[in-house]
Amino acid sequence: MTTSTAPLAAPTAVPGTEKPRTSKRQRGMERSTLLTVLLWLCAGYFVLPLFWLLIASTKDNADLFSTFGLWFGNRFALWENLVSVFTVRNGLFLQWVLNTVLYAGLSAVGASVLATTAGYAFAKYRFPGDKLLFSINLGAIMIPLTALALPTYLLFNSAGLTNTPWAVILPSLVSPFGVYLMRVYAADAISDSLIQAARVDGAGEFRIFWQVGFRLLGPGVVTVFLFALVATWNNYFLPLIMLNSSSLYPLTVGLAQQQAASAAGGGAQALFSTVITGSLVSIVPLIIAFLVLQRYWQAGLTTGGVKE
Amino acid sequence: MASNTLPAAKAAGPRRRRASASRRTQTRAAYLFVLPFFLVFAAMLIVPLGYAGYLSLFKSQLIGGLSFAGLANYAEALSDPDFLGGVGRMSLFLLVQVPIMLGVALFLALALDSGRVRGGKALRLLYFMPYAVPGVVATLMWGYLYGRDFGPFAQIFQSLGMGAPDFLSPQSVLGSMMNIVTWEFVGYNMIIMYAALRGIPSELYEAAEIDGASQFRIAWNIKIPAIRPAIILTVIFSIIGTFQLFNEPSLLDSIAPDAITNGFTPNFYAYNLAFVNQDVNYAAAIAFLLGGVIAVISYVVQLQTQRAERKQRKSMP
Repeated sequence: MTTSTAPLAAPTAVPGTEKPRTSKRQRGMERSTLLTVLLWLCAGYFVLPLFWLLIASTKDNADLFSTFGLWFGNRFALWENLVSVFTVRNGLFLQWVLNTVLYAGLSAVGASVLATTAGYAFAKYRFPGDKLLFSINLGAIMIPLTALALPTYLLFNSAGLTNTPWAVILPSLVSPFGVYLMRVYAADAISDSLIQAARVDGAGEFRIFWQVGFRLLGPGVVTVFLFALVATWNNYFLPLIMLNSSSLYPLTVGLAQQQAASAAGGGAQALFSTVITGSLVSIVPLIIAFLVLQRYWQAGLTTGGVKE
Repeated sequence: MASNTLPAAKAAGPRRRRASASRRTQTRAAYLFVLPFFLVFAAMLIVPLGYAGYLSLFKSQLIGGLSFAGLANYAEALSDPDFLGGVGRMSLFLLVQVPIMLGVALFLALALDSGRVRGGKALRLLYFMPYAVPGVVATLMWGYLYGRDFGPFAQIFQSLGMGAPDFLSPQSVLGSMMNIVTWEFVGYNMIIMYAALRGIPSELYEAAEIDGASQFRIAWNIKIPAIRPAIILTVIFSIIGTFQLFNEPSLLDSIAPDAITNGFTPNFYAYNLAFVNQDVNYAAAIAFLLGGVIAVISYVVQLQTQRAERKQRKSMP
């Protein structure tokens, strides 16, 4: 890129990053003990099932049914359980993990690329039909995606796409909310004068997007990416109807099937602790992703939530 | 929103020609930027939607195969007790669970934003964590917690010498489901509201703070009106989410088969119709109607809030 635009491309005030609200701190806002206690009690409610899951993952099947649910059992069997999670049915679980990573990863990358370019265009260009297209997109937020899944299944079926990874990935590429979020974010994050300056320097529109726009959209892109990742990672309905062979299942469908099998067959009791430990394994990656990337998605949401 | 990026092409002669040429390049670029999204959008949203509409107009007969049925499927759905029961159940869900969930989310967001809580950052993440848990796993965990034989709640009740409550009976399962959904989504809604609260310029309420207004009054008179758009967003998302409930009934079905009927939620019903009964045409009509119900309710909510806003603006001097 031309040298003259380079300094301009440095992040000017990135919106949403922690605003200096020093006045409050300086005045020494007193903390409320009552409110603190109340809010930590609330946190107990949100943590309880996860705490149970963690405890239950350390128990063997006997302890699972005979000892108190919210404390450790007689034997610490986490390692055994993990081994059985990854070895049951020839390591099918690992296949589910890989499938989930593949489906969610590709969908999230695709969805954020599509949403970012579209949102950028809506924020920074005026073109015939822009208002109409954006309204159509907003209206689409209201279409229940699960209501679409059935006709999509039938269409994919006649195209021979069911029971392939594409059946899960293609419908997950559309994120109308992502476009909305990116438009709001881009409108704030990229100043028009910056784009104008790049144009004067003779940069083409695509180069401006890539070298000026995209850099300033970081937190917004991370936000859209994470939410698309979660949407696909946690999706159950779509893969349930699209996929037949268990080697193609993502974690959600695989775990649900295991759970149904262990609930139905009293003899297959050994599966309970496998299902529980498998559930624990399945949620760890997303929680880590949210923790590691929290600075970005919280900044990305700050602008997205306020406007319009 | 975004200000116009086009240069004012007022100058005469060659400059205007250059301006309009660059305008054309820009328009072309803009179309190319939105094109990929709308191609996928058309293929994955518009086409299936149209196809569902088309399918819903036919009926498959044992003899003679498919035949055009007009709106017969819709007429059937509107008098189908299973479908209406599901819609009724979800309306109850909407009236009870959504206000509780969003009320708690708003309270938590305001409390965290007030800066009066110790460990606010950790709390924010703890509240949000359930959002990262798949609905399938959430339902599975709560299913175990609800269990009559070895669930911890039942264990506590039994150790106190009381009978264990049945969270999964036909009477109580809807309430248990409301709890699962509340657990899953309070944090998500809280984060959206909290993010909006952080975006309010603090000058807006600093004066009120100095004047000694209580946090409660500041929240009610300044903060909540300021984040109204974010709140509306969460309401609309909740309406959509409620009518689409599928994971929870589908998974609870395996541990509480007596309590979960085929038409427990409209979406679960459509699934059962299409994949168990193989009645694709009727299922398409149900899915279409469901989309209609959601669109109408979301639209009414938006209209209502717009009217309320206009009234508020008028009443201001």
